Amino acid sequence: MPMRPSKEWVAIKMAERGGRGSGGHGSLDKSITLPPDEIFRNLENAKRFAIDIGGSLTKLAYYSTVQHKVARVRSFDHSGKDIEHEPLYEISVQEEITARLHFIKFENTYIETCLDFIKDHLVNTETKVIKATGGGAYKFKDLIEKKLGLKVDKEDVMTCLIKGCNFVLKNIPHEVFAYQKDSDTEFRFQTNHPNIFPYLLVNIGSGVSIVKVETEDKFEWIGGSSIGGGTFWGLGALLTKTKKFDELLQLASKGQHTNVDMLVKDVYGGAYQTLGLSGNLIASSFGKSTTADKEFSKEDMAKSLLHMISNDIGQLACLYAKLHNLDKIYFGGFFIRGHPVTMRTITYSINFFSKGEVQALFLRHEGYLGAIGAFLKGAEQDNPNQYSWGENYAGSSGLMSTSPDVFPMQRTRSGTFDMFEMDRLERPLVNLPLLKDPSTYIPDTVDLTDDAMARKYWLTCFEEALDGVAKRAAASQPDSIDASERAEKFRQKYWNKLQTLRQQPFAYGTLTVRSLLDTREHCLNEFNFPDPYSKVKQKENGIALKCFQSVIESLDSLGWEERQFALVKGLLAGNVFDWGAKAVSDVLESEPQFGFEEAKSKLQERPWLEDSYSQWLERLKEGPPHKCALIFADNSGIDIILGVFPFVRELLSRGTEVILACNSGPALNDVTYSESLIVTERIAAMDPVIHRLDKGLAVLVRERETDLVIIEGMGRAIHTNYYAALKCESLKLAVIKNSWLADRLGGKIFSVIFKYEVPCK
Amino acid sequence: AVPPDFFPWFGLDIGGTLVKLVYFEPKDITAEEEEEEVENLKSIRKYLTSNVAYGSTGIRDVHLELKDLTLCGRKGNLHFIRFPTHDMPAFIQMGSEKHFSSLHTTLCATGGGAYKFEQDFRTMGDLQLCKLDELDCLIKGVLYIDSVGFNGRSECYYFENPTDAERCQKLPFNLENPYPLLLVNIGSGVSILAVYSKENYKRVTGTSLGGGTFFGLCCLLTGCSTFEEALEMASHGDSTKVDKLVRDIYGGDYERFGLPGWAVASSFGNMMSKEKRESVSKEDLARATLVTITNNIGSIARMCALNENINRVVFVGNFLRINTISMRLLAYALDYWSKGQLKALFLEHEGYFGAVGALLELLGSA
Repeated sequence: MPMRPSKEWVAIKMAERGGRGSGGHGSLDKSITLPPDEIFRNLENAKRFAIDIGGSLTKLAYYSTVQHKVARVRSFDHSGKDIEHEPLYEISVQEEITARLHFIKFENTYIETCLDFIKDHLVNTETKVIKATGGGAYKFKDLIEKKLGLKVDKEDVMTCLIKGCNFVLKNIPHEVFAYQKDSDTEFRFQTNHPNIFPYLLVNIGSGVSIVKVETEDKFEWIGGSSIGGGTFWGLGALLTKTKKFDELLQLASKGQHTNVDMLVKDVYGGAYQTLGLSGNLIASSFGKSTTADKEFSKEDMAKSLLHMISNDIGQLACLYAKLHNLDKIYFGGFFIRGHPVTMRTITYSINFFSKGEVQALFLRHEGYLGAIGAFLKGAEQDNPNQYSWGENYAGSSGLMSTSPDVFPMQRTRSGTFDMFEMDRLERPLVNLPLLKDPSTYIPDTVDLTDDAMARKYWLTCFEEALDGVAKRAAASQPDSIDASERAEKFRQKYWNKLQTLRQQPFAYGTLTVRSLLDTREHCLNEFNFPDPYSKVKQKENGIALKCFQSVIESLDSLGWEERQFALVKGLLAGNVFDWGAKAVSDVLESEPQFGFEEAKSKLQERPWLEDSYSQWLERLKEGPPHKCALIFADNSGIDIILGVFPFVRELLSRGTEVILACNSGPALNDVTYSESLIVTERIAAMDPVIHRLDKGLAVLVRERETDLVIIEGMGRAIHTNYYAALKCESLKLAVIKNSWLADRLGGKIFSVIFKYEVPCK
Repeated sequence: AVPPDFFPWFGLDIGGTLVKLVYFEPKDITAEEEEEEVENLKSIRKYLTSNVAYGSTGIRDVHLELKDLTLCGRKGNLHFIRFPTHDMPAFIQMGSEKHFSSLHTTLCATGGGAYKFEQDFRTMGDLQLCKLDELDCLIKGVLYIDSVGFNGRSECYYFENPTDAERCQKLPFNLENPYPLLLVNIGSGVSILAVYSKENYKRVTGTSLGGGTFFGLCCLLTGCSTFEEALEMASHGDSTKVDKLVRDIYGGDYERFGLPGWAVASSFGNMMSKEKRESVSKEDLARATLVTITNNIGSIARMCALNENINRVVFVGNFLRINTISMRLLAYALDYWSKGQLKALFLEHEGYFGAVGALLELLGSA
């Protein structure tokens, strides 16, 4: 398998062309073949164009509406029908329109080809203006206006940059990272803080701008320096006769600055101990080249220059941070732009000058900030800032490999098109108000970027399950003629993503089981498989509903204490039915008769791996009924109907209100919101205590004074939230359906986690 | 009174690039003393005071000589001598040949070289150095020289109208009540100190972009071989051909940020272009290097002054020797960017304060 992200389709013709040397691309033919549907996607609906033209890279942005298929479930009208043999509800695949933001980055060399391509594919005529920013916007103004027939509307560079920065900081998880070259994980992704302001943005372009950003609209240029990327490039070109910025960095990464710089030990013979200055510190940059008769190597001079400039910028940034009392500095600009060499030297400098008090931070989508900002300026009437946006992992290229030694191919950016896509989320994302400390809430239990063993295991796990998922996807659309072809494309795309993640686990931020699942859903959606498990879920919901009443009857026949245990056991047994777990899906595929009772028999006997059942029982016995319980339900079928609902019923009969929270969109056989409505409706018909509330969850949670949160299933209670601290009582329960994980936690497959927690007063 | 055999009085500051030596020449020697004076001492005094150059690289800055100074009850002249640090072995050799060690004196030395060459002094010259901290010496030296004045004139000065060639004036500044002050010592590298009283000071920060960087880069870019040559070239060059100015990018001022068009946006920024690299002269490059380093020091000093809440910034160090371009630039930059809140001050004896401090330590410990 080629280890590059799927960019094989960019065909670059190499041609010998003598005599041309402009822009350093003399021998590279500028004609490239752009495959439609791959790079500038959805151009037919595109509007609100924006372009950011930098010194060497162009970033194009536009807004499109994506029509994609969604699975809808609809209740049958059962009156007068044979309920016994009809499915519970009807599944239909419908078209839904959602908004998507597209950002494409390419070399300025290809700008003409790209503009032609856009013109050829642009159907929409209502767009009249293109927002433009960046230093190159002037230079290409006429070309853009001529090619696209759009009026170029210039926007201020820094305003765009900051708008873009605010946008990614708010919307993209793990956008921010600290860089640590010498640790196992180069990238330390930061959890998004609910309040992003104030911060310091240091943009290192040809010069350096230091901007303090206080609110969405308020920012101030507080200083700058003329020693920046242009100094490295210009002075570097003079000293080494090397013309290109990237080549200068390459030189620098091979050099020894100690041959050129005067170190403290060159002056002192050792350290300057009274001040605690190490002998290896640079006392005077280029202090050893104060002679006319010695030759210095290009590499050494480039390295010395790199240190000089990085240290200087870091020092000034720290002085400004101190003056304004800020401890976070985001660095951007072409000097940084994903270059490990400069991220490393800047990080070193900040640590040195701030004595660790200030953190140097970088952004995954730093190169897109200007384009995003310019786009937002032009799209104000669509109010993009009022929505939540999510990175589409299927359509985004991810962070490039940073180690020049591992991936020389990727460091040569020529001919590669980098893409970033964001989807508008159905509703704004907010933190659950019951979180004890939203600013430190880290949903994911295991960081797979950090934990190489777990990463290997999970990547293999997802690889092994892939054929099955692709098969299931094709089978979910028996009436579609191209279903198997699309399923294969999906398989290929997700496979490639998994291979990329094997090499570059940091490509999309912190790698987690959740992000692997999300990536799979994005890839499925991309090939129009909105809900591969819809039929399975439909069948299982139907079967489970038929058993509901007998389960209730048998529970009701038990004494109170026995019943409480049976309810918990039922909840756990229900959770065994998970198509996402290979151990279970194998059983379900081969033993169609495997049912609720069989599942109960699989469960670990008490004491469980994590067992606070006695405390929970005590609480039920001694304490007053909870006001309101919030339950995050997991799977369709037996899980929700025979596991969760009887439990809900018991809570209701105690006088506790219950809010049932389900996924808004499909993920494997997880029960979706719309399925849960039908199921609830049917159960309510049998059991009048249940009725429907339709409001935003966060509002509901506050309004009903939720004092108990129940989180069910591996995905919700183990892979994520296991360590989440809440303000109220919580119950996290799951069955471990994976021997590797069970082993890791010190148990066996089908071990039980029953974690009842009361917040400390 | 100090016993005669305590002479000679030296203070030595061995920096990364230059060695600074101050020598007190007693002028009140009595006939009796003269008779008792050993030959060695006489010959050293004669050698130092009758020459202005020593070997091929040693120079006495005659114009800085302090006359009729009273030190420890003795009257005399203070001489200021410098030579490159790479000639240190020859200097030690000479000391050995002149049997310096027979004079029973202590040699007080500061600067990094006091540590680096300590062993050489002992083995080659049979001399035990008294090593002193360079920042302690620097501050002692500054405060002392400022207090005795410069042969009746003021040691401290500033520039009025620093950017206006016609109206620019060097004017004396009374540093009678010096605290607090920010002391920026520009040698090969730069140290920045906040001084609150005679005894109370701290090193705020430092930068490796100093005089050594200017000279080192000039050597690489222009092929020059002395600091004087580099400065001479710089005085004939035009840095705006090398640097990218705000107006080169925005066509004029960048009003959004209140940046004037003449400000440098990117030092050496024009050198990203091949055509422009081919059209600049060595003089232009030397000037740009000087302006870049100077502005950067000004910028860091200004930020330190703000952070420490100090509004007087005193620049010293040999980078400023015969370097009016840098001094005016510092004066202007500090004034402009602080909107008149900060004042750049300079001292006549630029790079010699460490050596003076070392001499004072010698006398203080006697």
